[in-house]
Amino acid sequence: MAEKVLMKGNEAIAEAAIRAGCRHYFGYPITPQTELAAYMAKRMPKIDGVFLQAESEVAAINMVYGVASTGKRVMTSSSSPGVSLKQEGISYIAGADLPALIVNVQRGGPGLGGIQPSQSDYYQATKGGGHGDYHLIVLTPASVQEMADLTSLAFDLADKYRMPSMLLADGTMGQMMEPVILPEEHVNVIDKPWAVTGTQMQRKHNIINSLYLVPEELERTNFERYERYAQIEKEEVRYESYMMDDAEYCLVAFGIAARVSKNAVVALRAKGVKAGLIRPITVWPFPKAPIAAAAKHVKAFVSVELSMGQMIDDIRLAQNCEKPVVLCNRAGGMIPDPAQIIAAVEALKGGND
Amino acid sequence: MAVVFEKPKSLTDAELHYCPGCTHGIIHRLVAEAIDTLGIEGRTVGVAPVGCAVMAYNYFACDMVEAAHGRAPAVATGLKRSMPENIIFTYQGDGDLASIGMAETVHAATRNENITVIFVNNAIYGMTGGQMAPTSLPGQVTQTSPYGRDVATAGYPVKISELLAALDGPEFIARVAVNNVKNVRNAKKTIEKAFRNQVEGKGFSLVEVVSSCPTNWGMTPDQALAWIDEKMIPYYPLGVYKDKSAKEAAAE
Repeated sequence: MAEKVLMKGNEAIAEAAIRAGCRHYFGYPITPQTELAAYMAKRMPKIDGVFLQAESEVAAINMVYGVASTGKRVMTSSSSPGVSLKQEGISYIAGADLPALIVNVQRGGPGLGGIQPSQSDYYQATKGGGHGDYHLIVLTPASVQEMADLTSLAFDLADKYRMPSMLLADGTMGQMMEPVILPEEHVNVIDKPWAVTGTQMQRKHNIINSLYLVPEELERTNFERYERYAQIEKEEVRYESYMMDDAEYCLVAFGIAARVSKNAVVALRAKGVKAGLIRPITVWPFPKAPIAAAAKHVKAFVSVELSMGQMIDDIRLAQNCEKPVVLCNRAGGMIPDPAQIIAAVEALKGGND
Repeated sequence: MAVVFEKPKSLTDAELHYCPGCTHGIIHRLVAEAIDTLGIEGRTVGVAPVGCAVMAYNYFACDMVEAAHGRAPAVATGLKRSMPENIIFTYQGDGDLASIGMAETVHAATRNENITVIFVNNAIYGMTGGQMAPTSLPGQVTQTSPYGRDVATAGYPVKISELLAALDGPEFIARVAVNNVKNVRNAKKTIEKAFRNQVEGKGFSLVEVVSSCPTNWGMTPDQALAWIDEKMIPYYPLGVYKDKSAKEAAAE
């Protein structure tokens, strides 16, 4: 039987990463992901791993790039302003087709913003973030259990598709304590013939690179990468559907917003309102198909977000604006309560009936 | 017949793209000779910069990683920390190492990362067409200092060797030049030592190589080599700026 322990979300990520075979962590202090780095600082030296506090987020992500080049599992974590600094390196990691995990425990922005939870880095995470055409596989945990489970999955998917993955959490998930069954130790061994580990004079040299001065070649790498992305959109979409079978109103929310939304669905059902929830677990690839399917029977969608409305665009696109989408949001570190969501749905109901 | 001269084994057969008279070719050769002499090619991973040497990954026969501008010491840190038995070197120019990558340089040095850094200082941004570098001399005319580098507005050149030698961390800091036979021979010995230090686990070893850029200096190759003697070396004196192990040995 796997052990069940009480853990903070940030610590659950760290322990799950170690159990997934990650022995290299690079970071720079920032709230509210602090516990993650602290956990790594304590654990890594005991297990022959590497914890290094870098001089900046920029340096940290480039250390990640270095380890990723060797094919070993590696991660960094930060919070919104720090993740902005990492974008240069993330673009290079994507451009060089390297697997790595980046954790963003989001806080309110823009600028220095605040230290309370937010989901306002959604565009940055799902639309690329840095320069050039690329995507990350973006996973959004809604419990401490998922902080652990999705960390394991993020490493596996990054290796499988040779690309960076991101765990897009928020300050609430990072700070919250819940019981968690930690994943078993597992190290998926994937052959990485591209890794730079020294030729041992046995093969031609490997080169990790994202520079192509011949535009035809660079174009080809972009098209090839997007073929992989198409496969991911087909095979790796993950979401949870809650009370959607007969739903007339579909809430769409991830992370902490999804937990609040679930409470709102229960309360609405108690009032006789047929509400349901689609909770994207991957926000890239976005669960387009279930949203499109829901559009066939719901009257409207409600995008519940801790931002000024970013995911709402993807909901509109997923169902070609077939049904209206309204925004129910808080921003700047505030969290919507169930009453706000219930009111948003009831307002729609009033409008429709 | 005895072979008296041949290409180092750790250089590939790729044709170098450097301008006529550029000293990158010499420096590539010296690095490759050090790798050959120490017999470490099979376990060496090099990190190429952004700048004229961006395509160094095609020229060195060992495994190579291309880094973002200025980030090579951070990338090398990741490589070395995950593969302590491998030999990791970076090859960087002055814009890369002394301007945009200053933080990465200083912190890799102060952590005494066991890596070798080859720093090519030719006092100009070559690849982008001759802009003022952090190491451009006072009064030096470049595309972005067309009236000469005015220290009142553009500040003074950065003396990397002196700056890093002031830190407690790094093992070995030296400045050499490649503008004549004597200097090249000394550069060869120094670069080899910087690699040997890493093999022996001694720590961060940086060799600043005072170098030329005839194209962007607007000179013939010969004039450029002479300018190194006349202008560069007086501002950037050659020598060993820090040798921690030698100092400790002398103290015993």
